[in-house]
Amino acid sequence: MCGTCGCGSEVNGVSIQNPREIKIHDHNHNHNHDHHHEAHSHNHKHAHNHHHKTVLEVEQDILQHNDVMAARNRGYFEAKNIFTLNLVSSPGSGKTALLERTLQDLKQELPFFVIEGDQQTLNDANRIDALNIPVIQINTGKGCHLESDMVYGAVKKLDIQNNSILMIENVGNLVCPSMFDLGESKRVVIISTTEGEDKPIKYPDMFFSSDICIINKIDLLPYLNFDIEKLKDYAKQVNPKLEFFEVSATTGEGMNKWYNWLKNSLQTA
Amino acid sequence: MHELSVALGIVKIAETETAKAKAKKVELIELEIGTLAGIEFESLDFVWPSAVKDTVLENAIKKIDIIKAKAKCIDCDTVFNLSQLYDSCPTCKSNFKGILQGKELRVKALEVI
Repeated sequence: MCGTCGCGSEVNGVSIQNPREIKIHDHNHNHNHDHHHEAHSHNHKHAHNHHHKTVLEVEQDILQHNDVMAARNRGYFEAKNIFTLNLVSSPGSGKTALLERTLQDLKQELPFFVIEGDQQTLNDANRIDALNIPVIQINTGKGCHLESDMVYGAVKKLDIQNNSILMIENVGNLVCPSMFDLGESKRVVIISTTEGEDKPIKYPDMFFSSDICIINKIDLLPYLNFDIEKLKDYAKQVNPKLEFFEVSATTGEGMNKWYNWLKNSLQTA
Repeated sequence: MHELSVALGIVKIAETETAKAKAKKVELIELEIGTLAGIEFESLDFVWPSAVKDTVLENAIKKIDIIKAKAKCIDCDTVFNLSQLYDSCPTCKSNFKGILQGKELRVKALEVI
C-alpha cells in the first residue's frame, strides 16, 4: 500500500520498490486514477509469463494477522504490568452487571480500564463511564466478535497506566469470539444460572479456550431447576483446567472470592 | 458468523501472495481446515462469493483439505480421534489431553496465473 495516501494494494505500492510509482506518489499526490493505472500497466509489461500457471506454497495461518496483533498487545500489557481479561459469554449472562459491580466495589483499591465491545450503541460504555472508569467503546457494526487490531486501536486511545487491570467486554456471543486472541492475560467465560447446564458441551470452543468460568445469578437458584455441579462437570469435560467462581452480581454473593483472585492476579502479573 | 472474518483473511493472504509473485489471479486455492477449527463449511461457502468479489480470488476454485482431529491423552498417552472437543480418552476416560491436529486453519497453496 502507498505509505503516503493508502491507495493501491500492498504490493502495487512502495513495498515492491518501483521507483516510478514512488515518484508518482511523491510528486503528484492527487489520487489521480490515470496515473495509478499507468503505473500498473507499466508493471504488466515487464511480466512476460503471466499465462503460465505457478503454484505458490503459501502455508500460512489464516488468523495470523490477528495472532500477530494479539502478540503485540500482549507484549505491551506485559511490559506495563497490565492484567488483561477478555470477558466472553452469551448475550444476557450479566457481563456488564458483573463488571459494574466489580468496578464499583474495587475502584478505590485497584486502577481499572475498560474496553466495551458491542455491535451497536454506547450504552455499555455509558454505564462504565458513570462509575468514572476510563472506557472505550468498540462498535463492531455487523461483526460478531472483537479482533486484536480493534483492541490495539482502543488501547491507543485509552492511555492505560502501569500496574492496572484492563477489562475487555467482548460482544455477547458464545461462538465467534473463541477464535480471536486479543492478547489477554486470561479469558473469562461467564454463564448464568438461567442458561442450560449443558452449554459447555453445546459451545465447547469457548469453554475450551477459557481459563476462568464465572457462574452468575446464583441468587436465582431457589427458583430454578439448575444443577451447578452438572454444569461444572460438563465444563470440566471440555476443559479440566477451568477455575470456577459462583457469584451473584446483583446481591454480591460470592464476589469476594473473585475480588481476591483479581487482586492476587494483578500482584503476581 | 466469524466465517466472514476468516474468508476476508484468506482474501488478504491471496492478494498479498499473488502480488508478490507478480501474478494476475488465482485459479485454485487450497485450504487446510481442521474439524475442530471452529469453521462451519456451509457458512464459509455462504460468505465466500461476497468476500472474494472483485479480488484475485473471484473466479478461483476453492479446495478444502479437511484434517480430522486427533489428541493424545496426558494421563495414559493414548492417541485417539476426536469428534468433539470434549471427547475423553477411550482407554482411561481422562479429560486431560493435548490436541495433536484438527485446529488447522491455513492457506496451503495457490495456483496463480
